[in-house]
This record gives sequence, structure tokens and C-alpha cells, in this order.
Amino acid sequence: MRMNLEDRLNENPELKKQFDELDAYIDEKASQQGSLINVMHRAQEIFGYLPDDVLYYVAKRLNVPRSTVYGVVTFYHFFSRVPKGRHTVSVCLGTACYVRGGSTVYDRVMKTLGIKAGETSQDRRFTLDLVRCVGACGLAPVVVIDKDTYGRMTPDKVVTLLNKYA
Amino acid sequence: MSEKLISVKIDGKDYQLPSGMTILDACKNTGYDVPTLCYLEGIAEEGACGMCVVEVKKARTLQRACVTKITDGMEITTDSPGIHDARQTNLELALAHHPLDCMTCDADGDCELQELAYQFGIKKSEFLVEKEAFEAQKETSWDTNPFIQFDPQKCILCRRCVDSCENQALVEAIGVAMRGSRSVVSTPFNVPLEQTDCQFCGACVQACPVGALVEKPRVGKGKIFNLEKTDTVCAYCGTGCNITLYKDKKNDLVMARGIDDALPNKGRLCVKGRYGYEYVNSKERLTKPLIKENGKFREATWEEAIAYTATKLQEIKDKYGPDAIGVLGSSRCTNEDNFGVQKFARAVIGTNNVDNCARLCHASTIAGLGKALGAAAATNPVDDIKNVDVMFVIGSNMTETHPVIAQFVKENKKKRGAKLIVCDPRKTDLAKVADIYIQHFPGTDVALLNGLMKVMVDKGLVNKEFIEAHTEGYEEFVKVVSKYELDMVSRLTRVDKALIEEAAMVYASALNATIFYTMGITQHSVGTDNVLSIANLALVTGHIGREGNGINPLRGQANVQGSCDMGALPDVYPGYQKVADPAAREKFEKAWGVRLSDKPGLPVTEFGEAALAGHLKAIYSMGENPLMTEPDITHVRKGLEALDFLAVQEIFLSETAELADVVFPSAAAYEKEGTFTNTERRVQLLRPAREMPDDAKLDWEIVSLVATKMGYSMTYRNAAAIMDEIASLTPSYAGIHHWRLEKGGLQWPCPSDDHAGTKILHYGGVFKRPSGKALISPVEYIEAKELPDKDYPILLTTGRILYHYHSGQESRRVKVLDTFVPRNYVEISREDAEALRLEHGETVRDSTRRGSIDVEARISEKPMQGVVFISLHFREASANLLTNAALDPVAKIPEFKVAACRIDKI
Repeated sequence: MRMNLEDRLNENPELKKQFDELDAYIDEKASQQGSLINVMHRAQEIFGYLPDDVLYYVAKRLNVPRSTVYGVVTFYHFFSRVPKGRHTVSVCLGTACYVRGGSTVYDRVMKTLGIKAGETSQDRRFTLDLVRCVGACGLAPVVVIDKDTYGRMTPDKVVTLLNKYA
Repeated sequence: MSEKLISVKIDGKDYQLPSGMTILDACKNTGYDVPTLCYLEGIAEEGACGMCVVEVKKARTLQRACVTKITDGMEITTDSPGIHDARQTNLELALAHHPLDCMTCDADGDCELQELAYQFGIKKSEFLVEKEAFEAQKETSWDTNPFIQFDPQKCILCRRCVDSCENQALVEAIGVAMRGSRSVVSTPFNVPLEQTDCQFCGACVQACPVGALVEKPRVGKGKIFNLEKTDTVCAYCGTGCNITLYKDKKNDLVMARGIDDALPNKGRLCVKGRYGYEYVNSKERLTKPLIKENGKFREATWEEAIAYTATKLQEIKDKYGPDAIGVLGSSRCTNEDNFGVQKFARAVIGTNNVDNCARLCHASTIAGLGKALGAAAATNPVDDIKNVDVMFVIGSNMTETHPVIAQFVKENKKKRGAKLIVCDPRKTDLAKVADIYIQHFPGTDVALLNGLMKVMVDKGLVNKEFIEAHTEGYEEFVKVVSKYELDMVSRLTRVDKALIEEAAMVYASALNATIFYTMGITQHSVGTDNVLSIANLALVTGHIGREGNGINPLRGQANVQGSCDMGALPDVYPGYQKVADPAAREKFEKAWGVRLSDKPGLPVTEFGEAALAGHLKAIYSMGENPLMTEPDITHVRKGLEALDFLAVQEIFLSETAELADVVFPSAAAYEKEGTFTNTERRVQLLRPAREMPDDAKLDWEIVSLVATKMGYSMTYRNAAAIMDEIASLTPSYAGIHHWRLEKGGLQWPCPSDDHAGTKILHYGGVFKRPSGKALISPVEYIEAKELPDKDYPILLTTGRILYHYHSGQESRRVKVLDTFVPRNYVEISREDAEALRLEHGETVRDSTRRGSIDVEARISEKPMQGVVFISLHFREASANLLTNAALDPVAKIPEFKVAACRIDKI
């Protein structure tokens, strides 16, 4: 894979930097058994998502069958094979959030951003996700944006909140 | 597994069983029936389906028998209403998403889910999700290939296919993707299967308990209960896989399965075994004897064709003497056929001019191993691979030529951590997974092997005790080997010195090491030298004569070993008894009641020259196709055209048959009763899986008819009777009879009826040579006869590919194989392609001093710079128009592996 990547990496210093960063992490982890998921985590941090050629590269570097890598990337919700927005909005529809109006919050977010769960807005600003309980039921309904959790959401409040993220 | 016995109670009865066993094995061993679904012994043991649950006293829940080990004092109940309910629930869960379309399913009657549903009386699953079972299609698009069909709707996610791909095929081309109800068996990234490492061995299809995975060619060809099954031996390579063939009501073979509990393959097959049976159904099969008149064939009766042949042969014999006639046996025919044909040559015609296609593949093995070890055969069985710590593979592209053996090699590496050393000018699939890969220049094997052994001698890694006790010739050998300084070896072979040193250390210091080699060693003008060097390597390290240690030449055709054992060779009778040895000759003269010639005959590679010189006037060929398989076929054609008479027994009108004066239609291997001897000396019984074409006859039968017509009565009741004669004349086959083989194969030597056969040759370092010791020979490196030069700057090497077989007579008549790889191509390195400004896929002209062919260029990482590879299977672009007919002086094997060529754009 790296062979075919070589030309692209030479043309694109940014991409090369990303691969070098991934390489450094793999070099550190390669000797450990079961480092695949850690490496995939790191790769997603570096690239923002997991493009197929990055996954091929990971499989080759770790000497793990591609079928295993594909199984893992499609199994875990966390991993994404499509580009994500700059911010991830996760609306909770766990039981507590649901009964306290989580779905009206979700509807408003959908309407405001024009996307459904799992999709990314055209301007790449937001990726929308649905989650089932984030363990903050006392604050229901809850919305998580990136690493911040916001409680007692209402449809109006969530629109104001979204506007804070560029 | 510890051998300690522990007490276990099953359904109230006490048993003493070895600890470490699973409950399932314990139940099986003691005769209790526990149903399973996702379990396949040694392959899939995940405990996913929950069909095998049993009660264990004091356990809080039911236990899965397949994954729970027995413990001392365990009390197991294998059936109760509670257990039955649990199993039924689990079964209904498996049926929840399964379309109940057994009426149109190819697996109907061959489906474990259906069978269990029948046993449990489930008409409709309590959990049935109608929409998912009958309507919603799961996303999959990976089964676009011609071999394997996948219906995700029918899949019950038992993972048997995934596990068989991982543990049997060792390819890991498929896995389970997604999560929850969307879970699906998929290729990585859902790409078409042909874009993965899949070798289409079909292990997944055989493992599938339902109809989710099916061989595409069998779809709609009949349900299992309407097919007739026959256990026989695969007719392709020399591995000798045990295979079950299924015949439909029209007498067509429609399906093949590997036989799970049989050696050597333990249920495995390759793509040719699984799909390659189809040629026997072909409409192009010969059905009537043909006689050529005025350059055209006309149909004839058997009587007429036999009489015509007998008369012609008799005329030529009377006029020019018996040595004006050459006879060809075939490694595609049975032992009985080959015994018959060499007896015909020797006793009826009166000549030792009898040979077979083994000349073109392992003649140098016969010469080399015969000289060094006293027996020209693989020393250890395939099943012994699991005992090897270092596997030394040289000149063997076994993932393509012996795929099932390659699976065991890869398994041993993966499961036991055995080391794999691969020496090959081409970076084969096996080379890619090797621990040490040596890419040496074609034709420099002796230099490389001498270099390895020089390192061993210098570093004191040779096995002095073994050399002292079991070999002779070491002193002379050291004198030669010590000249092979690594700098020189490295220059000749183009291999890094350090790599040679490392390989030498790893092989020599292994506890158990075995060598595997194939045509990369034998098909050279120095083939015999190569083989002698291989023998030296094993002998100086003592890696021979016990479990996990030996030399295994892998045989290319189903019965190469057997056709040679049967004496279809110009210098030996059956069992390698020399024609020049008066005692042996006397024995055969007595048995056959005639005087025999003491003059060794011509090898097939000299038939052409002899014909052109006017010494050879007629050839009688049983199933051989020299016009595809010999080097420089333009020259071979001239030789055949110079003959007065050519008779051919064939299943198809082959390139050679087209030139014949008379052609006899014969039976294919899958229509025969008889025996093949595989690469591990295992004599195995073939049983007819279908009727041969109406007017065809068995090969030995045809030979016998001609012989009888010529005045020498050869009448055998059946193939078993011929084997009895073989046993009476061949010490190593003395205990081999069809009635014994019914129960499974026997490895020769098997000297008596109560002998169980010989697993490992030269056991304990005892060699069948006059001194009882093996011979270590000094071998000097000699370069190939034709090397690249100014006019022909590229080195051409030839060989086989996975999807086809030899002259293509069979595999090219298998629709799926020929669809998948329909034409020949030349593999060329990126560097050479760039230098020649070639695009991948462009048609180019490959020429040598003998001829030229136009083939597609494929840029590949397999060949090294300056070397190209072409396969030999395609008549419309035959590699043997190019190859060099230079012969090994001892074995008379041609140099298929090295020729100088040029590549031109057209």
C-alpha cells in the first residue's frame, strides 16, 4: 500500500505528516498484541476519520488480515469511514432523555442542520449522532458536542448552542 | 493434552477420560449424541450457536459442550426436557432470519439447519422476523466471481466459513462485518472476492452448514439426494487429495467435496479439485476410435482400429526392429495402466523405449535422490509437516502448484510458529509470508546451496555424528564446497551474504527441518546436480530419517510417483529394478514368458531427435501430449511428423492426437478403477464416479487388446488383477492390493500383506544403498545453457498457475477456470516494463531463438528485474514454443526454467 501511497505522499506534505505521525505511533505499539483498536483510534484522531487506504495501511503495518480490520471498523460505532464534521453533535435518546423531550431536541437539530443521524453537514461543520444514554440522566435531555455535555436542553436552547460552534 | 485420566459421569454412567477434553469430545468418545451446528472439529470451535448445551451438576447454567473442558468428578446430563427446550430455543433463534425456501435451495437435503429443524419438529420459528427472513436484502456485493455464491439471507452467522478460511485455507479473505442484526459475512471493505487473497479453494463452501455459500457451477444441477456420490482421488496434482464426486442423473459430475477424515488432505481441496472435474462431462470427449485417411480422421470400429494398429506396429517391428518403436506411459493414468503399457513395450514390442511425462518434471529427482539416498521418493508424509520446526522450500511455488500442501505449511507456521525459509527467483505467495526469503537468480541453485553448506561447514553447524554414522563422501564434498566463498556465491546468486548466513544458521540449527522442492530445482540442465545438492543439505545436517526431518519433492501430476514406480521409464522395470541387471531381467522374463531387451531405452526427450534421425519410426502414446509439454515444440512437431506411425490413447483430441494415425478413446481418471501413488508414496484407490463415454475403454484394456492382437495374450479381469501382478513383481508394492486399499491408502514400501506401509523413508538413517549409508556428492555450479545476451536480454522462466493445469486439456475445458483465467500472460517486473515502456495489459511479443508468442504483459511484483515468467497451459500461446531443449546429461530433463528471450512491443 505504501508503495502506491508514495507518490501521493510526496505531493502532499500534509498527508505525509499525518502518515508519519501514524507511523510513529505504530512503531511504538507494533510489538504489543491486540494493538489494532488503539492504532485505529489514533488514526482517526490524526485523519479525522478512517479512509480505506489508511485502514489498508494499518492492516499491512500490523500484519492483521484486512478482513479483521474491516470487521472492527464496521462493528464499533465510534469509528467512521466517512469524513466527519469539525464538530460532532450527539443527541441522547436514552430512556430518561426520551421521556423528557429528547426527541423534540433531536428533531430541531435535524431541521436546523438539514441532516439525519450519521450524516455530516455539507459545510463539514457538524456530524450528527444519536446516542442511547451518556450516563447523565439527571440532566436529561442531554446533548453532547465534541467533548462537552449540555443538560436540560430544549429545542430553542440547542439552536443557540449550535451557533456557538463554528 | 495431558494424558491424566479423570472421572466423569455422563448420564449416570462413570467414565475415565483424559483431562483437557471438551465435554463434546467426551460425549462423542463414549457414544452420546450431542447436536452441534456451528462446530467443526479443529476448525470452528467458537461456541456460538448453543445447540450443544448440556447440564453439568452444580453449574448455574447449561454449559456449551464444545467449549467446556471436563473436570474431575463432573456429572453431565446430555438430554432432558430442559436441555431440549434450550436447544430448541437456540435453534429457533438461528431460524429467526432464515428464509424457509428449502424447495428452491441447492442445499436442500444437505443442510444441517434443515436437519435439526426436522429433528426438533420446528415448522416456524417463534422468533421469525418475516421481513428480514423473506424480504430485506442484506448489503453484499462480493460474490461476483464465477466460483462462490453467497446468499446473506440464508446465512445464520455461525462463522464456520470465516473459521475455515482462517484455519484451513489460511487466507482470511472473509470476516464478519457490521453489528447486531446487520451483521454479515463479508470480504474486507466488501470488495469482490477476487480482489482479496482468496484462492477459491471453497473451504468456506464446504464448511457452510446451510445454503448460504454454494459452488456456483452446481446451482440448479440437482439436490444431494438425487446425486450419486463416489469417493475417489483427485486427478490433478500429486498431493492425492481424497475427494467425493457427485454425479447427476445425466451421468455428469456436478459437485466435489474433500473427504474430512482422510489423509493427506483432511477435507481440504484447491480450486482445481473443487471445480476441475467438469472436463469429464465435456462434449469434446472422444467417443469412437479414429483412423486417419488422406489426412482426415474417420470413425472406426474397435476391431478395425486395434487390428490396424497391431499390423502397423508389427510391420515396423519386423522391418526396423523393436527399438524403432517408442511407447509413452502417463502420469495422468493409473498404476495399472502404466504397468500395462510398459509391459506392452517390453514384453510385446520388445523394447525399453518406454517413458512418461515424469521425464519432464522429476527425472532429476529419480536420478539424484536415487543416487544419494537409494530411493527416489518423498521421505515424509504431508501429515508430518506438523512436526517440522524449519520448513525449507526451494523452487516450489506450492500455493499455486500444490495448494493443499501449502495450506499445511502455512498452518504449521501459524499454529506452531515454525519458521519458513523460501528460496525462489519469483516472489511467490509463499515467499511473501516467509521468515527468510532468498530471491536467487534462476539457475544458480547449486551455488546457493553450496554457499549455505559452506557456512555450515565453517561455523561447525554440520552434524558430525550423523555424517560419520550414516553417510559417505563427505571429505570429497568439503573440498568442493569450501571453494564457494560467500562473496562469489553472493555475486552469482545476487543474494545478500547475510541472508545466506542467516538461512544456513536457521536450517542447520533447527531441531526438525524438512526440505520441500519442486520444478524450480528439477527442470534445469543441471537438475540432477540440484537434487544432489538438496540431498547434501539434508545429509550434512542430519535432517533426514525421522519425524519432521526429510526431503519432499512435490509431485506435479496425480500419478507421477506411480508411473515411475511402475517402470514406465526406459532403464528400469517396476520398482526401479534395472533392466541392465541380469537378475532383475530374468525375473521379469520368467513372469512374462518372453526374452527381454537388456538395452536401456530412449527417454521421451530424445524421441524427437531419434525420429528425425530415422531411428524411431513409431510412437504409441497413452495419454501424453508432448506437443504442448516438451520444450521447443516446433522441433518436437518435426519429430512427430517424421514418424511412420503414431497411435494415441486420449480422452480429447489433443495437439498430439491431431497428428496421430489412430486415436483410441479412453476413460478419464474419474471414470476409472485403479490406483494412483501420490507425492508421499501413498497408493490410493480410484473408484469410477461416472460412466465413461459409450465406446471408450480403459487405458490398460486398450493396450491389452493391441498386445493380444500382436500375439501376446494380455487379459486381465480387472485393475485389481493387474495390481496383484504388480505386487508379485515389485518388492515395494508386494503387500498392496485393491482389497486392502478399500480401507485407505498404503505408503510404499509395503513388502507384505500384513505390513502397514512405511510413513517415513530412511528411518533411523538406514539407506537402501549397498553400504547402507547415504552418499554425499561433491557438486560444482554450472551455469544454465542459455543465458541472456545482447540479442535476447531477458531471462524467461516457465511454470504453472493456480487455475490451470499442464497442457490445459482438462482445466481449459472447465468453464469456471477458463472464464477466470482465459489467456496466457507474461509476468514482468515494474523496472523492466518501464524500461520497455510497456503498459499493464498491453499485448507484447515474447521471442526466443526457438519461436515467439504474443501475450498480455502483466506488471507484477513476483519476478525480479531481468526475469519474466510465462505459464505453459495455453495452446494458443504456448510457452514451450520458446523453451530451450537443453537436457540434463543424466536425467535427460529439459531446461524449462531458463531461456534467454526478448520482449517487444507490437
